[in-house]
Amino acid sequence: MGEDKKKLSPELKEVLKKAFNEEWRKELRKSISAKERMKLSRQNMPEREPFERNKDFEEVNLGLDQEKAVKEAQRCLDCANPQCVMGCPVGIDIPSFIKLIEKRKFLESAQKIKETNALPAVCGRVCPQETQCEELCNLNKATGSPVAIGNLERFVSDYEREQGKVHIPKLPASTGRKVAVIGSGPGGLTVAGELARKGHQVTVFEALHVPGGVLAYGIPEFRLPNYILDAEVSYLKNLGVEFRMNFVVGMIRSIQDLKKEGYEAIYIGTGAGLPNFMGLPGENLIGIYSANEYLTRVNLMRADLFPEYDTPVFLGKKAVVLGGGNVAMDSVRTAQRLGADEATIVYRRSRKEMPARVEEVHHAEQEGIQFHFLTNPVRYISDEHNRVKAMECIQMELGEPDSSGRRRPIPIKGSEFIMEVDLVVVSIGNSPNPLIGKVTPGLEIGKWGNVEVHWDTMATSLDGVYAGGDIVRGGATVILAMGDARVAAREMHQYLSS
Amino acid sequence: MVKILNRKKLVPNIHMIEISAPDVVEKCQPGQFVMLMPDKKGERIPLSLADWDKDKGSITCVFMAVGTSTQKLTRLNQGDEIPVCVGPLGKPAEIDKFGTVLCAAGCYGIGAIYPIARALKKAGNTVMTLIDAKAKYLIYWEDRFKKISEKYFVSARDGFYDCKDYIPKVLKDVLEENPIDRVVSIGCTYLMYTCSEATKHLNIDTYVNLNPLMVDGTGMCGACRLRVGKGTKFACVDGPEFDGHEVDWNELFYRRKSYFDDEIRSMCYWERTKKQRK
Ligand SMILES: Cc1cc2nc3c(=O)[nH]c(=O)nc-3n(C[C@H](O)[C@H](O)[C@H](O)COP(=O)(O)OP(=O)(O)OC[C@H]3O[C@@H](n4cnc5c(N)ncnc54)[C@H](O)[C@@H]3O)c2cc1C
Ligand SMILES: Cc1cc2nc3c(=O)[nH]c(=O)nc-3n(C[C@H](O)[C@H](O)[C@H](O)COP(=O)(O)OP(=O)(O)OC[C@H]3O[C@@H](n4cnc5c(N)ncnc54)[C@H](O)[C@@H]3O)c2cc1C
Ligand code: SF4
Ligand code: SF4
Ligand code: FES
Repeated sequence: MGEDKKKLSPELKEVLKKAFNEEWRKELRKSISAKERMKLSRQNMPEREPFERNKDFEEVNLGLDQEKAVKEAQRCLDCANPQCVMGCPVGIDIPSFIKLIEKRKFLESAQKIKETNALPAVCGRVCPQETQCEELCNLNKATGSPVAIGNLERFVSDYEREQGKVHIPKLPASTGRKVAVIGSGPGGLTVAGELARKGHQVTVFEALHVPGGVLAYGIPEFRLPNYILDAEVSYLKNLGVEFRMNFVVGMIRSIQDLKKEGYEAIYIGTGAGLPNFMGLPGENLIGIYSANEYLTRVNLMRADLFPEYDTPVFLGKKAVVLGGGNVAMDSVRTAQRLGADEATIVYRRSRKEMPARVEEVHHAEQEGIQFHFLTNPVRYISDEHNRVKAMECIQMELGEPDSSGRRRPIPIKGSEFIMEVDLVVVSIGNSPNPLIGKVTPGLEIGKWGNVEVHWDTMATSLDGVYAGGDIVRGGATVILAMGDARVAAREMHQYLSS
Repeated sequence: MVKILNRKKLVPNIHMIEISAPDVVEKCQPGQFVMLMPDKKGERIPLSLADWDKDKGSITCVFMAVGTSTQKLTRLNQGDEIPVCVGPLGKPAEIDKFGTVLCAAGCYGIGAIYPIARALKKAGNTVMTLIDAKAKYLIYWEDRFKKISEKYFVSARDGFYDCKDYIPKVLKDVLEENPIDRVVSIGCTYLMYTCSEATKHLNIDTYVNLNPLMVDGTGMCGACRLRVGKGTKFACVDGPEFDGHEVDWNELFYRRKSYFDDEIRSMCYWERTKKQRK
């Protein structure tokens, strides 16, 4: 599922070229030679000490200060052909915002990013930059050390928020056209922002009581503090976006109802919220969670503050998380922060195949997380109260590459062994949320339960109904969801204008 | 915020609460539930819809005060607000013309089964009701059930009614003496289990509204999962109504008790701090 759009549109090319040719940019380029710039070394992101931070939920990364940010911005060569932009699914004018940092025009820089990305403080924190913009950065090719684009993005958006000078763009006169956005994940928020800025009347419908989707209930505080998300949401409210929380589309109203109520264009951004289990014997024992449940209890319901908050969560002493993605890293680091003596990742392939971001794996290792590679559970063993007390595992070896290009893990006969555990978090992926597909006649659903779209327009099989993000791709990334959302918003605007 | 229109004690420990919820009312059907949060730091808990009023835009739930969340609900009064009430959630109960249906309910289930019994009656069934309670003073809504029931039975232990037996015995007699085609049961897990066991060898279809722990109530977390037949189901989206003969009761009993110690800690904490808070 999914398609990467590594092409620059002619309009974007034009924008980049124009900016590149501005006088101040020319001067700035001349002020330090490219050769000199290439000699500067990458500014490290300061972070908290591993054994201090692994006991609380405060943010791990501390952010660049102004001096570091300016120094890092100087490393950017301001390329005539900025490859970095091709790696950004929302097409941020990366050289422009970085050069504004070099000129210390931080607020203008933040506004530059917001022209195409409504959630820069989020993306600067959670984007897999190393495989997106930074991978394609020309400096990466030349020196192996790309410009820290994500860290800079985070710096300026934090600066803007901390100064209390969040710029609200002037809105055009209302078009009076109503748009419904279903789901308030990064995709939904992006569509809402884009269309509100075009003067449409946008309502976001969200099933949970807090907006943000995975950003709110999934990604933990130590990577993405709630106040960051709150600020981004209140920015959208300032743009006139209305939020209807506790509203499950499909149960409370159908898509057809929304159309009848005058919502002319509808965006489905309901995400991949259906947790996958492995179907192993004993999987329903007490002490075995899906990552969604585990993280929701902690991030959304604040079980870390129990009993001040009413929702409890099991505090494992020997916590095991199954999986190798970002979700698994978040879960295992959460278990450790909640006081586990041992917090362990059990992953069926080897380190190399782990889909998690490099930074997250690195942070987890620093914090003392253990890794069992090439290991898979076979069944769970219970105590007399139906609580999990051990897990039988089997050792794996890697065979031929499968359809995902990764080498297929194969169990080694006779290698079974028992591992003592008292908390298991199953984090082997999520599937697209099935509800809307089930109750919406005419909406075409693919074989993974995903909503089918035309990739150039993100239009579904229903007139005026668009979709994007994890509901279309299965579990993907924040920035891909936002990229889809931008395409959809452009098309929805056209649809509304024609 | 969601407005409370009324809250009153029906019998000791069981309360009804009427909530202004125009969005819920429009689509709700018998057997569905809402998730609500008593306050900002509270849990999301599921409560069945016991009644609703389309004109007023209100829903009514009946709940038993068992832990922190439900105790908090008992302190709400007309005009108070709660942060979350979302629904209708879950699949509606199956309503069709089955013939003679026995509705067997206890504690909060007396309220929760009422809309199902009413709908079954409307669909042309002969409805019989069996209410289980420790004693007469714990029975509520008797008049409502009498109005729609062909026969009305009680199993109680206080000798007021002409029965000194617990539900298994009464149920056995009822099933022997009446041509029951289907049983629907809501109440504590034990009651639903007992009903399912009693009808199994008689091959009478028996449906129960299960009450596992929930977190989101929308199919996102798997907290409510339980084994039914050969597969694992999520009660909030695949249920809450399931074939009682297929349910893995043992698993459900254990899962429901899984946070016992925490629940007690939570209650103690709340007791200790509630004065400062209010
Ligand atoms: C723990 C975790 C960590 C992650 N870490 C990263 C990371 O570091 N970097 C990264 O790029 N990606 C990461 N991801 C993936 C990323 O979060 C997702 O790809 C992204 O959030 C998808 O966005 P979305 O807009 O499609 O939907 P989601 O964020 O999934 O939001 C969907 C929203 O729709 C709501 N909804 C669902 N059904 C309905 C309905 N019927 N009516 C109304 N509302 C509904 C849901 O409640 C939810 O709020 C992570 C995911 C998880 C779970
Ligand atoms: C779909 C669904 C519908 C439900 N409908 C209703 C309803 O209409 N009315 C209602 O009162 N409850 C209903 N329940 C149960 C209700 O959600 C719980 O009673 C509630 O979550 C308890 O929260 P608490 O914080 O007060 O108690 P907790 O502190 O969570 O629980 C305290 C203790 O009481 C036990 N307990 C909890 N609920 C019950 C119960 N109902 N009977 C006996 N023991 C119990 C628990 O196992 C626990 O040991 C429903 C559950 C589900 C899944
Ligand atoms: S949004 Fe993500 S991909 Fe785009 S520039 Fe920022 S960090 Fe890179
Ligand atoms: S490719 Fe790298 S060096 Fe070139 S403009 Fe982009 S960030 Fe700067
Ligand atoms: S309560 Fe979360 S999936 Fe049912």
